[in-house]
Amino acid sequence: MKDSICTKKTRISDSLLYALIYICAASSVLLLVGIIAYVLVRGIGQINLSFLTNVTSVLRGTVGIAGNIVNTLYIIIITMLVATPIGIGAAVYLNEYAKPGRLVSLIEFATETLAGIPSIIFGLFGMMFFSQTLGLGYSLLTGSFTLTLMVLPLITRNTQEALKTVPDSYRTGAVGLGAGKWYTIRTILLPSAMPGIITGVILAIGKIVGESAALLFTAGSAYTLPSGISDIFSKIFSSGGTLTIQLYLSAQKGDFDIAFGIAVVLLVIVLLINAATKLLTSKFDVTREKK
Amino acid sequence: MPEVTAKYIFLATGVIAILAVCSITFYMILRGMPTFTIVGPIDLLFGTVWQPTAATPSYGILYVILTSIIGTAFAILLGVPVALLTAVFLTEISEKHLTMVIQPAVELLAAIPSVIYGLLGMMVLNPAIYHLEQMIYKNDPSHQFTGGANLLSAIIVLAIMILPTVINMSVSALRAVPMHYRSASYALGATKIQTIFKVTIPAAKSGIMTGIVLGIGRALGEAMAINMVAGGSVNFPLPFNSVRFLTTQLVSEMSYASGVHRQVLFTIGLVLFVFIMLINILLMKLSKRGEENER
Repeated sequence: MKDSICTKKTRISDSLLYALIYICAASSVLLLVGIIAYVLVRGIGQINLSFLTNVTSVLRGTVGIAGNIVNTLYIIIITMLVATPIGIGAAVYLNEYAKPGRLVSLIEFATETLAGIPSIIFGLFGMMFFSQTLGLGYSLLTGSFTLTLMVLPLITRNTQEALKTVPDSYRTGAVGLGAGKWYTIRTILLPSAMPGIITGVILAIGKIVGESAALLFTAGSAYTLPSGISDIFSKIFSSGGTLTIQLYLSAQKGDFDIAFGIAVVLLVIVLLINAATKLLTSKFDVTREKK
Repeated sequence: MPEVTAKYIFLATGVIAILAVCSITFYMILRGMPTFTIVGPIDLLFGTVWQPTAATPSYGILYVILTSIIGTAFAILLGVPVALLTAVFLTEISEKHLTMVIQPAVELLAAIPSVIYGLLGMMVLNPAIYHLEQMIYKNDPSHQFTGGANLLSAIIVLAIMILPTVINMSVSALRAVPMHYRSASYALGATKIQTIFKVTIPAAKSGIMTGIVLGIGRALGEAMAINMVAGGSVNFPLPFNSVRFLTTQLVSEMSYASGVHRQVLFTIGLVLFVFIMLINILLMKLSKRGEENER
């Protein structure tokens, strides 16, 4: 039986490589599980209502990250208010107006380049341009403008992909009914591309939440809440550290409990954002399959 | 009339990306160049002594540049094989339902903020590396102990952080390899492993290369995570030396630097920017070549 050609010969090199592949795949997954588990175990005890709703204050003896949460929200809102229209506009221009040529390839080249620039360079530029040249100083506004440049490619690309999936018959149909281009974009193309646009926006929010290097020299590190209703608007001109910045500063100071508490909050936000994009993209796919 | 206005508004939003890239380039050069005449290009780029606050200051950034290059290179050497084999597992070996679980997990790895990687590096990796350091240098009184905050820790953190980038690019490259390549290989009697390593991976080469170059860009530009684990002094990049990368030098000294010291930091930013632009150009060449291959 041993000499039969029917027996399968197993090569040692094959089994070795199989083992290697399994080990690598397992370690990639275990890494993620390990990271999440470790952060949760170390930080979950830190999370309670007072940690989330108070500001760290020596006078009152409280420890909390409410100020950082508010700063993060400020930065998300301002950045998205500026970046979303620009990003969508650029995508619409590239996809609907521009004819292939020098300008289009230049815009696409610039978008690609922006996507490849690391956040620390954006931070440097934000500090030099928005903070010093435009005189905005360390402020939430400076941070938001800096991040706007950073998330722009994400929104442009996602909108572009979404616009590409809108069938050409929609466009010809609209033209046939006598609609102008702007009218078509407003009433047909953008609504059809909405799931893709929203995915881009959510991804951009995720990037903002996790960003730190670009904010260190632009938005600063203050952690106070707006002092009153009248301060809500003027707050954007003052310094404010996001959750990631506070995590970094706490870890450098050795306040590891606070750092892990913030890490848990960040992880939960990141998980939610990831789930939201997954849900959206799958929904988007289902509607397309039905056709 | 609104039609025309709309067109020009859309054009304006498109041009903003170009303006942004141009002004970033302009500012990096404007603020980074002056030190070449103040300090002198040789003393600056090839000097090995970094003492910006000494009585007779010295601004050599050679070790910082070398650290970034060597750190990135070893992170790639360590991370890419793991990433590639994981991608092979996902596309060639794993059952479909398993892939459906593992692939989102890998994507999630990319979404975790870098400060969390840094925090875990400080708490888990640094003590472990310190343990190793104590074992290796037990009888060497001349060694300066780093407490685990050294190049080796930074390389490991970087290798982990580039995993998702390389895995995702490799997965899509491997998926794009036509099924009949594999079938032909099996028909010739090759085993699955032989097919994977002799047929599928070579066929997906250009996509995998793109992933690796993206990974290099990510590793070069990473700042916060490695700043927390790499230590705080400028040294020659040896595994158990406390080192500064181009990025971490900026993060840790920008807040208090002034005068020439500050300007040299801008030069460090410029050096990093030049590296990144070279990587970007390489990437675009690669993707262009990939498109030509598809035709």
